[in-house]
Amino acid sequence: MRELAWLIPVLPLIAFGVIIAFGRRLPGQGAYVAVAGIALAAVLSIGIFVQGLGHTEAYEANIRWVPYGETALDLGIRVDNLATLMLLVVTVVGSMIFTYSIGYMHGDPRYPRFFAYLSLFAASMLLLVLANNLLFLYVGWELVGLCSYLLIGFYFEKPSAARASMKAFLTTRVGDVFMFFGILIVFLTLGTFRFDEIFAKVHEGAFGALTIGGLPLLTVAALLLFGGALGKSAQFPLHTWLPDAMEGPTPVSALIHAATMVAAGVYMVARTYTLFFQSPDHGALTFVAYVGGVTALMAATIAVTQDDIKRVLAYSTISQLGLMMLGLGVLGYTAGMFHLMTHAFFKALLFLGAGSVIHAMHTNSIKEMGGLGTIMPSTYWTFLIGTLALAGVFPFAGFWSKDEILLEAYHHNTVLFVMAALTSLLTAFYMFRVIFYTFTGSLRNRHAHPHESPPVMTRPLWVLAFFSVVVGFVGAPFVGAPIKHFIDFEGLEHVPFSMGMALFGTLVAAVGIGAAAAVYHWKVVPASTLRRAAGPLFTLVSNKYYLDELYDLLFVRPTVAVARFLRNFDVYVIDMIVNLVGFVGIGLARLYRVFDQYVVDGLVNLVGWIAKALGSTLRYVQTGRAQNYLLAIALGVIVLLAAGLFR
Amino acid sequence: MQLGLVHFLILSALLFCLGLYAVLTRRNAVAILMGIELMLNAANINLVAFNKYVAPAALNGHVFALIVITLAACEAGVGLALVLSAYRNLETVHVDEINVMKW
Repeated sequence: MRELAWLIPVLPLIAFGVIIAFGRRLPGQGAYVAVAGIALAAVLSIGIFVQGLGHTEAYEANIRWVPYGETALDLGIRVDNLATLMLLVVTVVGSMIFTYSIGYMHGDPRYPRFFAYLSLFAASMLLLVLANNLLFLYVGWELVGLCSYLLIGFYFEKPSAARASMKAFLTTRVGDVFMFFGILIVFLTLGTFRFDEIFAKVHEGAFGALTIGGLPLLTVAALLLFGGALGKSAQFPLHTWLPDAMEGPTPVSALIHAATMVAAGVYMVARTYTLFFQSPDHGALTFVAYVGGVTALMAATIAVTQDDIKRVLAYSTISQLGLMMLGLGVLGYTAGMFHLMTHAFFKALLFLGAGSVIHAMHTNSIKEMGGLGTIMPSTYWTFLIGTLALAGVFPFAGFWSKDEILLEAYHHNTVLFVMAALTSLLTAFYMFRVIFYTFTGSLRNRHAHPHESPPVMTRPLWVLAFFSVVVGFVGAPFVGAPIKHFIDFEGLEHVPFSMGMALFGTLVAAVGIGAAAAVYHWKVVPASTLRRAAGPLFTLVSNKYYLDELYDLLFVRPTVAVARFLRNFDVYVIDMIVNLVGFVGIGLARLYRVFDQYVVDGLVNLVGWIAKALGSTLRYVQTGRAQNYLLAIALGVIVLLAAGLFR
Repeated sequence: MQLGLVHFLILSALLFCLGLYAVLTRRNAVAILMGIELMLNAANINLVAFNKYVAPAALNGHVFALIVITLAACEAGVGLALVLSAYRNLETVHVDEINVMKW
């Protein structure tokens, strides 16, 4: 089965090619092809997963691509437990979202293109996951970025969507430049892109005591690589693109901007964990943990103040990705990846649920909704399951993975633990705020006529809800926490399960839910009173800490100003010179024209005129009358005879 | 006055000139054909006269004259057919009006 792993990214790629080529002529306008591609990939992934349960060694396959010197650049794949887990998440969640899209995108004028892009995304993501060297990881990395750009800007006739896609592309590109330098440092120091060789050489201490600017080179390389993850996983300070990315169709938000692509940053850190782990004093890891913690807390506070259901979920995603980074940073390798997996399922579920609500209400604002619980039962119950999972309520998936992260944080760093705990509290609060606003009470928008979504949309919700309930049990201590054996980093001790921490996590979630219920359901303290009480703090948070404005001031405006200056330089200096050359050219051309007209043309016309005059004179000889010709012949004969006689 | 070769030659030359004149000046195609007949017959007189006065024993001149008469009959047949065809298509037998060869 592992020998067929290369097929996993190839199948969606084929689907992409077929849909782009044939589009509307395919059954279901290409949707079935796309679903078939990802579903077959999912089947293969499950097969590889089942086969991989037994052994721990990685499977590698290489095709020699570009030889250089004694070694070569290989086009290769690596199937180990980490990749298998990621394959499983991407293909299974992907299959659900592809299916859901059939209903959600129904009637869209660019329907086939949507599925083509989705398939291309799946192929790129799976390439990223399977790559056995940094270079191909980077190729997949950039390809998913491209797909993200295309899909955020899918409704490109909307200016906000076009702007959002450009913002996402440019912001992640900032991180990618850092990552590229990181890859270069690794390659120039170790002479290889392949993970197994990199790790082996790092273990041997190939980086030694090399430093750059006072920092150990290994730490610098790891941090530069992490720069890529900052952009891709929307970590502070490069997180601002993700909320705007919600301009894309909701299935895209679910697949790319919640479940898979944004998790690629976390996956990349886990993939190159050796570099981070071996950096002196875990310097790189500490940085990762703090960035994660700050991101998690910051995004969670913003999420509380947002009224757009997708933006709440977007900030929640940023926050949860921060939590995963925090987990990885506090040596919780398993915890971080475990949370990535559970999060992919319940966040995809939440986004699809939100999509179902938006589909029914034609608005994103939770203030206009209300009472949808009775009108859309399937959406309500599945959304509630997703919310409970995200809030970390026993026994849903999020409980187990968040508990792991809290446990690891508690054992390594108190500050980070407090950050993680506060984030969990806020998470439970803002998610139940959404639940109370959206599904309970009465409908506030009198003009809306909401209805339950078609089965093709609700069935994937139920499947994902099922996973959101059960997938956490792989980390449950009473079944032996198999995830800890499956995803394991050599040299790391697992912190054993602690009942106290589990109770603490549950308590935190309960407090968050209770607070949300008190404010938004029982209205003990009305939300408006709270808002006034918080005053400037609320304004600061609801404006996303003015980070967009700050970036606008620091980067966008200077860039635009420089661009404007360059434009003026172009217009007034370069264009002037060009125009001057043009004018001189025109003047010379005028001169040449006179010469041409009167001398060259004159000669040519003369030749023509002579020929014409001769022709018009001589043509009278050709009368067309045979008798005239005959007369000429007879006269000619007489002349010849006369010449003969009187010679 | 004894009839000699010269008299025949003068007759034949006059006849030829009459024929040529007809061919060059007549507008009617039939008249032109008749002119051609005259010219051919002028040649015949020459042939027969030369046979009689230059080589009386030989018959070459007579035979030639007969061949020319046959040829003249053929020519008249083809010529009249052409005239008829031209008349049918162009509704005229006047050669100056049959000017489709002109540029």
